Amino acid sequence: MSFAPIELRVNGAVHRLEADPARPLLYVLRDDLELTGTKYGCGEGECGACTVLVDGRATKSCRLPVADAAGREITTIEGLARGDALHPLQQAFIDAGAFQCGYCTPGMLMAAASLLRRSPHPSDSDILGGMSGNVCRCGTYPRIMAAIRQVASQTAAGAR
Amino acid sequence: MRPEDLRPRQAAGAASEEELREALAREFAVVGSRARRVDGAAKLTGRALYTDDLAPPGLLHARILRSPHAHARILAIDASAALALEGVKAVVTGRDMPVRYGIIPWTRDEYPLALDKARYIGDAVAAVAAVDEDTADAALRLIRVEYQPLPPVLDPREAADPPEGAVPVHEPAKPGRNGNVTKHVHLEFGDVDAKLAESDVVVEGEYYFEGSTHTPIEPHCAIGWYDATGKLTVWSATQVPHYLHRELARVLDLDVARVRVVQPVVGGAFGGKSEPFDLEFCVAKLAMLTGRPVKILYTREEVFYAHRGRHPMLTSHKLGADREGHILAVDARNLLDGGAYASFGLVTAYYSGQLLTAPYRFGSYRFDATRVYTNKPACGPKRGHGSVQPRFAFEVQLDKLAERLGLDPIELRRRNFMADAPRTINELRVQSNGFLQCLDAVERASGWKERFRKLPWGRGLGVAGSCYISGTNYPIYPNDMPQSAAQIQVERSGRVTVFVGASEIGQGSDTVPAMIVAEELGVPLDYVRVLSADTDLVPVDLGAYSSRETFMMGNAVLDAARTLRDLVATTLAGAWSIPTDRVALCGGWALDVASPETRIPISEAFNLAEAKHGSLGATGSYNTPKDVHGSYRGGTIGASPAYSFTAHVAEVEVEAETGVVRVGKIWVAHDCGRALNPVLVEGQMEGSAYMGFGEALMEAMTYKDADHGKAGLHNGPSLLDYRIPTSLDTPEICSLIVESVDPEGPYGAKEAGEGPLHPSIPAIANAIFDAVGVRIDRIPFDPPRVWRALQDPGARARWQGCRASPPEVAAAAD
Repeated sequence: MSFAPIELRVNGAVHRLEADPARPLLYVLRDDLELTGTKYGCGEGECGACTVLVDGRATKSCRLPVADAAGREITTIEGLARGDALHPLQQAFIDAGAFQCGYCTPGMLMAAASLLRRSPHPSDSDILGGMSGNVCRCGTYPRIMAAIRQVASQTAAGAR
Repeated sequence: MRPEDLRPRQAAGAASEEELREALAREFAVVGSRARRVDGAAKLTGRALYTDDLAPPGLLHARILRSPHAHARILAIDASAALALEGVKAVVTGRDMPVRYGIIPWTRDEYPLALDKARYIGDAVAAVAAVDEDTADAALRLIRVEYQPLPPVLDPREAADPPEGAVPVHEPAKPGRNGNVTKHVHLEFGDVDAKLAESDVVVEGEYYFEGSTHTPIEPHCAIGWYDATGKLTVWSATQVPHYLHRELARVLDLDVARVRVVQPVVGGAFGGKSEPFDLEFCVAKLAMLTGRPVKILYTREEVFYAHRGRHPMLTSHKLGADREGHILAVDARNLLDGGAYASFGLVTAYYSGQLLTAPYRFGSYRFDATRVYTNKPACGPKRGHGSVQPRFAFEVQLDKLAERLGLDPIELRRRNFMADAPRTINELRVQSNGFLQCLDAVERASGWKERFRKLPWGRGLGVAGSCYISGTNYPIYPNDMPQSAAQIQVERSGRVTVFVGASEIGQGSDTVPAMIVAEELGVPLDYVRVLSADTDLVPVDLGAYSSRETFMMGNAVLDAARTLRDLVATTLAGAWSIPTDRVALCGGWALDVASPETRIPISEAFNLAEAKHGSLGATGSYNTPKDVHGSYRGGTIGASPAYSFTAHVAEVEVEAETGVVRVGKIWVAHDCGRALNPVLVEGQMEGSAYMGFGEALMEAMTYKDADHGKAGLHNGPSLLDYRIPTSLDTPEICSLIVESVDPEGPYGAKEAGEGPLHPSIPAIANAIFDAVGVRIDRIPFDPPRVWRALQDPGARARWQGCRASPPEVAAAAD
């Protein structure tokens, strides 16, 4: 394995590091940048626990070579809140009890953030489809859906 | 210093005048509220630290070499080339830890690393610690293992009755016995043959319950560290720190006092992390050898091999009843495919029979259960341990009986309700039972009366019921000490710390003690800090299994909290010259209930009590009744201090052309005793119904046989192949809480974590029959199986027949 210099923009900060360009972004985030909120669940892009935003789009970081993430805007769960204020999705998840063990939660939140970014007023089937790449074994899906709906309706109300 | 000097300028978090009045008017101020979980902020911001998020300085990474053979003798292992690889720090094999372990003390049959024999594809054989995972992986490939392959035992029927000369999975305990049998149980209550003979109707059926696995999204992970003082610390994603603590010390020959087990935040378990695993012993041993911390994180593939999931079970049932549908006899035979090791299998074999005897009254009952070893990953306890499989069989049997008698299946269940019988036929003591209310709730909510047997072809409703334990009266290793204990310490600011041994695995067991303490001591919820599951810091709790945490830890916390509450109340009663029962601690205040304007911030009340009595702390504990069990051999297994009850109605749509079953909605009514936090209870009900739904429709842990590739090889140990339901698959779930307050539970609470799973599968099976007139007696109900069943030309006629003579409902009054 050969290392190459890579510049990563994560949560608004620039990191210069040496990494194997083929190494999945997930491990660079967790091991090199110590951003452990992004989780390993399967390493095959099937569970979604490693979901981050790359240029605003939900991306499974366990399948993304770090070289392909270079120069793009990466947002992890650690960058979702704005300072002390929780992101509306985080608040809605807490209010709806939309988590149990919490392991899938960072990925769920990033997938939901991406969904609302692309479609601020999603239909139920948009939500189901948009969240279908992230699995929750505690079975909190109905509450996650409710939390997303609630944020979307808030945004809609705010826009009026 | 006078207490006033310590008074906070304002009572932070304290209730306003109006809130206080409301709280005092309720039966409970905090208990029963939809309070937010205490772990929300950490889990929602990515700051919660799971085991793999920890990286002590100097950390090494280890990987485990696994057997490519389902059944093979290990003749020799040469690890010299691996050890010589740059970056490798240590290698261990079975010889380094030649001590058998096992969660049940009577069936210890595993070594941390296989010693003489590998018993399934994936069995651990050696482990390497290196500077990083890639190096450890490279080293694994350099280890030479000389195997002598043996014919694998894969079919449980063949394991139970092996051909002459076959090599058993384990050597028999006594010569002449079948080494493939983990446990055989045969129990009879009443004269089953006589009752069957006098039955007007006998329904017979054979059922097959496919195995499934927990699939927590967090793979198992452990870190070992052996410090300079000779103390071993293991951080592990476990749900049983106490049992792990004991087994680590025993297997590694260490003083228990020099072993510490810490359970960081756990990312789901569902029974899959409820015993020690190879990785915990390996990180410990490798840490001892290298003097550095060592971590192992399972790959997703390894999680499938670790397994300990639902036992595949072949069940045959005979159900005898009179003309009115009263159950006269139940005759059951279960064959459990246990996989390579015992795990909890002794208990599973008992549970497959013992937990079927409520909520219905049985005229007589016999069950015969055999749990066999096979050369596959070991099965163990998955949510609803041992009783989900026979419940599927029995609740479908009841549906068939109702069909035969032309009775409404809900009415049939009501007729057989055990009512207030203090004991079941196998002597389980039931002190609270809300099953009828559960039936009423799902009947009403689903529109059952208007829709059952009346929906068009392809759509149907099905019902099922169940019961489950709230912990077990007897711990896994015999002892008379409390099953759970708690300590509470009060800080001068009014903050209270609760120390509990309970394992938070997502179910909310860190939130429950906070609510109990807030209720009893009157502090705001966010003034309670919960410290759990660290054997150096907290008292013993046996772990998060058999739905015991809320019940047992809750009782222990309540015990400690009431001791402190009484101390504080007595102090104030003295200071205010009023009787103690007029003192209330509520909403951040201590007050005189007869004149609520007489009040002080709760922190000040604590300061007064501390000034008078010294440091404010208390311990509490809970132990189960030890004299409540069946008066026969095995009668202690299944005995629980309290039982929960559940009823489901499932609504399905079956596409006859493709065999695709869609579950539109499941109504779940669950008697959890008092719901200490309805949001947590609903979450458990939804999660249970979801998991049962997955087992019913899509999940299957299956292996290749000799005709289809390498015998014993898992058919797809990945989330690509082993499908679990996503948001798109999951049905709408309607949770209906039923509260039958139990005299022994904390505030009357029972359990919610496992009971609500049981009826999922039979309710869906029965709904499929209502929809298309076919019985599918094996899971999963996947399209090929359903489609094949629908090729039966009689299906449509049966479907119509059921509608021509609508079920008798009106006879309820007789």
